[in-house]
Amino acid sequence: MTASSVPARSRLPYWVLLAIALALTWGLYASGLAADILRYKKDIAYLIRQHLMLVAVSGSAAIVFGIGIGIWLSRPWLARWAEAAIQAVNMLTSIPTLGKLALMMSFLGIGPLPAIVGLWIATLLPIIRNTYEGIRVVPSHLVDAARGMGMGATAILWRVEVPNALFVILAGVRTAMAVNVGTAPIAFLIGGGGLGELIFTGIDLQQHGMMLAGAIPTALLAVAVDFLFGQAQYWLVPRGVNPLRDA
Amino acid sequence: MIRLQALTKTYATPKGSVSAVDRVSLEVHEGETCVLLGPSGCGKTTTLRMINRLVVPTSGKIFLNGRDTDSVDPVELRRGIGYVIQQIGLFPNMTVAENIGVVPRLLGWDAVRRRRRAEELLSLLALPPADCADRYPNELSGGHAQRIGVARARAVDPPVLLMDEPFAALDPVNREAIQDEFLRMQRTLRKTILFVSHDIDEAVKMADRIAIFHAGRLVQFAPPDELLAHPADTFVAGFVGSDRTLKRLRLIRVREVLAPVGDRTFAMNAPHVSPDDDLRRVAALFLEHGNESLVCVDSSSRVLGVVTREAIAQRLALQDAQ
Repeated sequence: MTASSVPARSRLPYWVLLAIALALTWGLYASGLAADILRYKKDIAYLIRQHLMLVAVSGSAAIVFGIGIGIWLSRPWLARWAEAAIQAVNMLTSIPTLGKLALMMSFLGIGPLPAIVGLWIATLLPIIRNTYEGIRVVPSHLVDAARGMGMGATAILWRVEVPNALFVILAGVRTAMAVNVGTAPIAFLIGGGGLGELIFTGIDLQQHGMMLAGAIPTALLAVAVDFLFGQAQYWLVPRGVNPLRDA
Repeated sequence: MIRLQALTKTYATPKGSVSAVDRVSLEVHEGETCVLLGPSGCGKTTTLRMINRLVVPTSGKIFLNGRDTDSVDPVELRRGIGYVIQQIGLFPNMTVAENIGVVPRLLGWDAVRRRRRAEELLSLLALPPADCADRYPNELSGGHAQRIGVARARAVDPPVLLMDEPFAALDPVNREAIQDEFLRMQRTLRKTILFVSHDIDEAVKMADRIAIFHAGRLVQFAPPDELLAHPADTFVAGFVGSDRTLKRLRLIRVREVLAPVGDRTFAMNAPHVSPDDDLRRVAALFLEHGNESLVCVDSSSRVLGVVTREAIAQRLALQDAQ
């Protein structure tokens, strides 16, 4: 209930993670693996840029399209088809991401484009679903009050429906982005490049240093992205409807 | 001020069309509180929602200040009518001040003016603005939330308020308090109010006139005293209840039935009433003490007169004779 307990609750995991990271770093240096990893400095720098490009392009496109499509499906004039559409989305979501990438490869060949499209689709679906559901569960009496006070459809959407659904929408974005950064290394398998190149090659060659040179930045990226969207959820959702910020 | 003319709403169902509201005509005067009363499904809420066009009438006309509401853009129309619903409908993503500022913002008021208006309305409710304005609805009690819901409807001072069972979700103590506050406010503001209720006691308390609905039709439209004295049919009689005479007593003040003291004498410690008490209190004292009459004194203990059983009976008969 008190204000001070809130930041403590949301910061704790990151402190724990930091401690684990420090312990692991120490372990790497002590075992001599660190020097092994740093041999791939140049590759890491090059591949990180490629990797971030995959994540940023597919992720931001998925956020824009996912929220857009979710809002569109929640409009009253689509109510008849929306449920069917969401069922279809659920079915597509259940296809394993590797399967989606493989399908994209068969349509678009190899290279970064099919990788980006595959990641985009995998990220898109949870965002559509959460946006639609989040808006659907906004209590109808709020929309009724808004209409009765003279808000037009656009004002109702942006001032009532979206702000009240925003926590659920951003929860979807956070989950989807976790899927995105978790899947991005696989893009290497269809020629998309990225840190997967070090990971998979390292596994094949049994080079632990090479594998970790890809795996550690991937893990850090996942933590950073989750932190970023957790913060977005904390700061962007209005206090009155934000479970992370106790009243 | 508000005139409904043969207002009708029918819904198409698989079993044919059903009329929710059937040729309702009534006129509410400026400054009057009209309660639409009836059991659930009687068409009272649908009637209310047709006035701000949340429901589009099948046929019939609504005139607001002589203007046919068909000719006004519904969104514009609603901005000029205060609207309060049972669930209150405060937007949880907005602070109290932002909630009150919703309609002002739609009308293009600047932020400073919106803020000033919100603070003004909060102080009228005896809620300290510094304390309250920046809170979110989930930090308010039910009673406060409902008061702010009413304040929000008054934000741009609309002449007409539509209230859909606004106090139904409150506990009895809070409800009484808010009703009393609302009546005090209404005495000075004189808004034209349409108020939906299913509670006869609330209707008798709040209304200048009561419109009783049954199965989509308006069955009686009369001031509370007349309605209680002369129910138009067995449905109305049943709805107002067999204790309708007791309910009437609540509407009559002691000052209306005072008789001169004459040669009666009263003990100093005998129970007494004040001129603004209602006759229900008198009846309760009669029953409790077995009196035939009670002395009425003002706040400075001056004797104003007596209230007797005959006088009460005569006053009740007065309406009966009309």
